Parts: sequence; C-alpha cells; structure tokens
Amino acid sequence: MKLPFRIANAQGFWGDRPNAASTLLKLEPKIDFLTLDYLAEVSLSIMAIQKEKDKSAGYARDFVSVVRSLIPFWKKGSKVKIVTNSGGMNPQACANECLQVLQKEGIKNIKIGILGGDDVTQILKKSPKNKLYKNLETGKSLKTVVEKLVTANAYLGAEKIVDLLNTGADIVITGRIADPSLTVAPAVYNFNWDWKDYDKLAQATVAGHLIECGTQVTGGISTHWLSLDRKKDFGFPIIEMNEDGSFIITKPKKTSGEVSERTVKEQLVYEIGDPQKYISPDVNVSFLNLKLNDEKNNRVNISGASGAPPPETLKVSATYKDGWKCEATLAIFGDRAEEKAKLTGELILKRIENAGFKPERSIIECIGSGGVVPHLFETPKNLRECMLRIAVADQNKEKLEYFSKEIAPLVTSGPQGVTGYISGRPKVRPIYSYWPCLIDKSLLSNEISLIST
Amino acid sequence: MNQQQLKKIAYARSGDKGSSCNIGVIAFTKSGYEFLEKELTSKKVNSFFSKFPVSKTTRYELPNLLAFNFVLEGILDGGGSRSLRIDSQGKALGQAILEMEILIPEELVTEANLINKP
Repeated sequence: MKLPFRIANAQGFWGDRPNAASTLLKLEPKIDFLTLDYLAEVSLSIMAIQKEKDKSAGYARDFVSVVRSLIPFWKKGSKVKIVTNSGGMNPQACANECLQVLQKEGIKNIKIGILGGDDVTQILKKSPKNKLYKNLETGKSLKTVVEKLVTANAYLGAEKIVDLLNTGADIVITGRIADPSLTVAPAVYNFNWDWKDYDKLAQATVAGHLIECGTQVTGGISTHWLSLDRKKDFGFPIIEMNEDGSFIITKPKKTSGEVSERTVKEQLVYEIGDPQKYISPDVNVSFLNLKLNDEKNNRVNISGASGAPPPETLKVSATYKDGWKCEATLAIFGDRAEEKAKLTGELILKRIENAGFKPERSIIECIGSGGVVPHLFETPKNLRECMLRIAVADQNKEKLEYFSKEIAPLVTSGPQGVTGYISGRPKVRPIYSYWPCLIDKSLLSNEISLIST
Repeated sequence: MNQQQLKKIAYARSGDKGSSCNIGVIAFTKSGYEFLEKELTSKKVNSFFSKFPVSKTTRYELPNLLAFNFVLEGILDGGGSRSLRIDSQGKALGQAILEMEILIPEELVTEANLINKP
C-alpha cells in the first residue's frame, strides 16, 4: 500500500492538452496513477463511424501519443500506471497500437489490460420493447429509433479494472466506463477496500468526479477566472488519497490556476442531478455531508461522502442517427448591424425555402446582441457589430447542401459590412442524438485480457 | 435593499446532461445562502428562463456547501449534438443566472465582498 497515494487526471475530454501527462510527471514525479478521460456523451458515435470504415480504428488515437510522451519516464524507471477509457469502441486496437509503440522503443515488462464488454448495441436491438430501454428523458420506447441506433454502451464500474491491476496491468484501457470509476479503481487496488465499503467508495467517487474534467477544478471555467493567476498553464489536478477515503485535492507546484474552496465547490456541482443520489456503477453517493477544509496553498481536504449500494441496473449511453445539420456564421459590421444580420438570416432561409429546400428546423442567432442566451437580457442599442449564425437541420442531406452553397453569395449581395467568409462552405455534419436508458447488469459479459511487451 | 445582480452574493457553474442543464449556484456566505433559500426558488429560476423550452425546474439544496443545484429539464432543446443553438451544452447559463436581478439587502453584499476579494 502506498501512502499518500497519488492519482492525477491528465485528460478531461477528447481534445484536451496532449502534453498534460508528461508535464504532470515532470513536475510531480511521485504520481502513482494517471487517469485519462476521453469519452463525452456522443464521442462514441464518432468512433463507431471510424471503426465502420476501418476495423482497426474507433478509439482515441491521441492516447497513443500520450504513451509515446511517457516513454522517457518509463526508461528512467518511473512506475506510473495509467487507467483510461481511450479504447472507445475498440479497446483492443488501442492497446495493440500502444504495445507496438512501447516495443519499438524497447520498453520491457509493461502489461496492458484491456476491458471491453460495454457495447450493448445488439442486446438493445434484440428487445426494443424492453421498458428499461425507454429514453430516460422523454419516456419514449426504443422501438421508435431502433432502426437508426448507432451505438449503445453501458457505463461499467471499477471492479474489472481492479482485477486487471491485480494481475499486474500497468496500463488499463477501457471503453465506456463511469468517469469517476477511473479514479475509484486505482484507490480500491491500492487500499484493497471491500466492494461493500460504500463510504470509502463514495469518497473515491467524489475524488473521481472532481478530477474527471481536468483543469475545471484547478481554475478552468471558474467564475473567478479573471482574478486567478494565469502566468503559467493551469495545473492538472492531483488527488492524495488516504486509507480511510478522505483525500486532498491539489495541483503541481509551479503551475497557475487555483485549488480552493471556491474552485472545488464549483466542480462538485458540475453536471450533477440530485446531490443525494449521485449514482455510479460502484456506489450510490450522497454529497450532503461532504466537508471541505481549505488548507491554503492549493490544497483542499475533503471528507464526509456517504455511500449506499449501487442499483442492479447500469446506465446506457446510446446514440442514433438523427439526420443532418449545418451551421454558418458571418460577421456583420456597421450601422444597424443587428437589424442587417437578422434580415440577412431571414433572406437566406427564404431563399432556400423558395427553392424547395425548406429545412425541418432552423435558427437565426445574432451573437453580440444576446444570441448566446436568447431573450434573457435587453439587447444593447445601436450595436455596431455582431455575428450572424444560421443553423439548420433536416433528415435530408441534400437540403442542407443547398443551404451550404447559399452563404457565399451574400458577400456580394448582402448588406455592406458583411465579412468573415473565410473558411469556405460550411460543412454538413451528421446528428447523433443521445438516448440515455438503463440495462440489467446481469445481461453484460465482461471481456478482459492482458497483453505484455 | 436594492435590485442587484445575483453575482454580488453568489457564483455558479453550469453543464449538460442530454437535454437538461444543471446550474450550481454557490453563496459566498452563510447569510447569503439563507437569503437565497427563500428568494432563489425553483419557481423564480423557472420564470427567469421562461423563454427557453424548460419542462420542469427542480432545486436541490446543499447547505453543507452553501450551494443549490438547479436542474432545468428540456432547456437544451435536444442537447449537445441535436440542438441548433450555439450554446447547445448550456455552458453559458451559469453566467446568465448570475446576471439575474433580485432585491438584496446591502449587508449581504458587503459581507460577500469581504470574502470575494482575491
């Protein structure tokens, strides 16, 4: 057992800073585990399409670069271990690619654990009338979209990751996994907690929830962002976990940003529902007795989470093909800018309607005159510039392609002061709508394996 | 008591879960929290966002953190991939709620200022 046991996050989402992991290790060599989160709600649909085109794709390639960036540390004897959901729709392929990179560099004795089995698409397709598969938000039956289903992945818990770590894995690559479980697994592995030690699991889940979005807990998107030190990059978060589950959240020295009561509280309430029922596959957590103790110097001590048994069902994040969308933006500068922007937007929509391509849904926004949060505030008078944004959606791709071609002509036919048409015709992109539902745990079969350099 | 913006006594963060957005609102002080417990009701937040397609607003209290969590169902119009709005994930709604004007006793603002100094 290591004490204190340090778990850091080095990736909050697919697209986060690629050098976060190596920077963390450079600044804080005593980190035991790195966790990297790549999967947002609809990320898997993008990966599913990639895999459809190429059987060896469908995962976050960025992670392979992270592995490459850590090779110098392993060569110098670093014992850091990694847990990540970078496997996406294809954990095996992701692991193979990492293994190749490590072997090429002559890194010996690194074991990669692979956890699959989260893909439940076929199970859902078999019984679209099952009540558990109803959309958790709308209550609609899966039957209504089953033909268009692209992905369905259950959020797995920490248990099988711990099994892999116990068989010697240095890197564990998973598909869909509950975000906090990426942190719960290393903690359970290190302290050998019982799966019924719900309060400790609850504490680790809170720790995981706090660091899963990377720098969002160290000053990123803070209400107080303007008053924070920004001379250097914001540090990625580190948990120092104790045997009893209480922990300190901090960040590397010599980094900017802040870990304080105010940054921690903001991230605690980020993307939660009922704070008494924060449900993960590992434990059902209540935040209501959490105690925060700001020890200053970017160290906050957290204790008091209470846990109860998790439900017999797992949450499923499914996506279905829901037509196409296209969005165009143009800057409008000059006298009565907002009026011009609105009229230009209306003109375009009218033009495509007249051509017989009226889209099912459309929106005109004037960014700068309240378009980001429409109707909430008075629009400023005599606005001299704003950004016109027109977005359209339809099941028929052809309609949107027509729309896409109607933007450029405005440069010569729109109001004076239209500018900013620089990146060519806007792209028509597929919509993958979100379908949250549940699944009976017992229907899942875990797929675990271990490969080694 | 003056009409003042919520940001004088609280800070916030918002994010998405499908079509729902949740906004955490955190009071700088205990007295601020107690004031908001009475004033910042789910009804008031719901009507502040009445021009949005909100089907239901629920307020959860976290007195241990001096915080409230508002869950606004349906507000994101399909959310992330489906919504046509620029703020399809509700990232801006935390900032938006902080601009809400309410009648706030002056001493609460003074107290919050003492804490809020960087």
